Amino acid sequence: MKIGLFVPCYVDALYPEVGVSTYRLLKSLGLDVEYPERQTCCGQPMGNAGFEHMAEPLAKKFDELFRGFDYVVAPSASCAAYVRCFHPNLMKGHACEAASKTMDIVEFLHDVIKVDHLSARFPYKVSVHNSCHGVRELGLSSPSERNVPRYNKIIDLLRLVDGIEVVEPERPDECCGFGGMFAVEEQAVSRRMGHDKLRCHVDTGAAYVTGPDSSCLMHLQGVAEKEGVNIKFVHVVQILAAGL
Amino acid sequence: MSTQHSKAAKAYQQKPEVVERHDRTFFGVRQKRDNMARALPEWENLRAMASQIKKHTVTHLADYLEQFEQQALKNGVQVHWAKDAEEYNTIVYDILSSHNVRKVVKSKSMLTEECHLNENLEQRGIEVIETDLGERILQMMKLAPSHIVMPALHVHREDIGNTFRQLIPDLDEIAKGYSAIGGSVTDPNDPTFLTFVARMHLRRQFMEADAGMTGANFGIAATGDVVVCTNEGNADMSTSIPKLHIVSMGIEKLIPDYRAMGVFQRLLARNGTGQETTVYTSHFRGPRPGGEMHIVLVDNGRSSILGNSEHWQTLKCMRCGACMNTCPVYRRSAGYSYTYFIPGPIGINLGMLRNPKEYSDNVSACSLCCSCDNVCPVQVDLSSQVYRWRQQLDSLGKADPMKKMMSRGMSFLFDRPAVYNAALWMSPAVNWLPGFLMNSSLNPWAYGHKMMKFPKKSFHQLWKEEKL
Repeated sequence: MKIGLFVPCYVDALYPEVGVSTYRLLKSLGLDVEYPERQTCCGQPMGNAGFEHMAEPLAKKFDELFRGFDYVVAPSASCAAYVRCFHPNLMKGHACEAASKTMDIVEFLHDVIKVDHLSARFPYKVSVHNSCHGVRELGLSSPSERNVPRYNKIIDLLRLVDGIEVVEPERPDECCGFGGMFAVEEQAVSRRMGHDKLRCHVDTGAAYVTGPDSSCLMHLQGVAEKEGVNIKFVHVVQILAAGL
Repeated sequence: MSTQHSKAAKAYQQKPEVVERHDRTFFGVRQKRDNMARALPEWENLRAMASQIKKHTVTHLADYLEQFEQQALKNGVQVHWAKDAEEYNTIVYDILSSHNVRKVVKSKSMLTEECHLNENLEQRGIEVIETDLGERILQMMKLAPSHIVMPALHVHREDIGNTFRQLIPDLDEIAKGYSAIGGSVTDPNDPTFLTFVARMHLRRQFMEADAGMTGANFGIAATGDVVVCTNEGNADMSTSIPKLHIVSMGIEKLIPDYRAMGVFQRLLARNGTGQETTVYTSHFRGPRPGGEMHIVLVDNGRSSILGNSEHWQTLKCMRCGACMNTCPVYRRSAGYSYTYFIPGPIGINLGMLRNPKEYSDNVSACSLCCSCDNVCPVQVDLSSQVYRWRQQLDSLGKADPMKKMMSRGMSFLFDRPAVYNAALWMSPAVNWLPGFLMNSSLNPWAYGHKMMKFPKKSFHQLWKEEKL
């Protein structure tokens, strides 16, 4: 099985350790992982801002780079969701092969590899941040709005980690207020949403907030540091790959 | 980088405790709704069915409208057709003035808000009294609804008490009546007392009115019924005392028959307010003996929405308000921060359909969290529609220049891997920019955040150096 590793732009620039953990974890599972070096961004920031046409060339390039792989795996639910849900429309009239094979690392481990044991140890209490696009576009957990059987793929994986205590905050999948350029255009509401979300995580008594999207975590960390709130942030893949 | 909405929302944040109360109140309604949804195993099927029924009805609208009109005429109802707000206001005025109506009582109707009926009638000398408690409070306070189902939930009881004391002349007498039935007025803003005052005040309005107006939650094509759902019985009072009843109904309110009504009856109150049903679900089919009943069917832009391939689904909306209650932005910015009279996710979209140049400032009020899509009882693709409106802003001349510049910059960078790599290599330099610059108003990120630190090496560099 040939895996194309997609490390989205902001993870590449700001959270390289998340990319490293993803690579190591996939390798530790005996997978053939390649990282196409000419990759950059999925185009979501421009699309959400209202300039989808500026994302079109990126969608095309993404497809050229990744269409040959069996799966494309990214440590970022929101970016994987943009590729899978929006690229086919952006590339209307062209063959779009990579999009349907693109997955977030959590769903890939949970649904494709069906991981049932890990060597990781993480002896801390962690509060799970169910990010919007992970929940409502990729289905990483059951949306709290729906009357469907409850599940959470992030928690399923975290439970394989030795020593960990996993909790969810009140309002487990309410938006944290990042939303790309929303965070600067609607900065007052965004900050308030971040403040409220952070409080829900802190109230669990967890030492760490973890989730499948570094973008939400970046936003929450920025708010926490500005407000002087003492809680740590770690991407879920860093926990799953702990010790590798 | 700001919009009318973002500026109003920022001003609203100045009282954090008010934001907190607003957020908790409406999230509470959302939670009641969730409990209702979970109590019905068939919930998700009901949503799918309701969506299909609405899709079917609006795509066969001409046929159903004719059927509805025929049934209504058979029932002795007079049917009027209004192509826009102006025609609608004229029709209603003509009916009222030909009956020498001086005072009209009305139950809640967002359509009358949409067409500015009240102002219109009052300018022509007809007194209009809202009888839904929330709407009446707002009318007395000269405020607009802040939510389509719970229009005055943002108003505090102290302010309601003050308004009543100023504007209800016989309040002291009503208070005596309250004591006479065993009520004690230790707190002049006690909710039970204020409700009693409103009740007595409204009783008089019902008695004095020459005509009653209602909206319509549903119109049933097979029978000509108009269905009105209220918790206060005010629609029934409005139509039981005056002999003249005028119904205002948007043409998208039609559903085929009673079987369809069964689906919507189960969804509306559960989803809107977290009740199993509204206290009153009233079917109005014909005039009272010796009275008249009129139905005004209003288009006012709905036919053109039907022809809009990207946004026709908004016509499925039954105005339950659940998308507002779940919207994290609405809950923290409240109704008045939006420039259209309907706020929240559905309001953003309906405003753009009304006049995209005038109401484009609300399109920023969405983090694309998609929660609204999942509560909507008729599965309107609300967040996707907001996303699509954003794509239109540039051609409408309403794109934010800063956002456009940033998007262009990113597009340039990401489209050129070599330039992107050079930028990655340079990025740690940002850490060395002086703090006063990075954490100043020049950096919009710094408003709510401490600036992030760039690592020494990007993933790209680590990969190249084989340091994985």
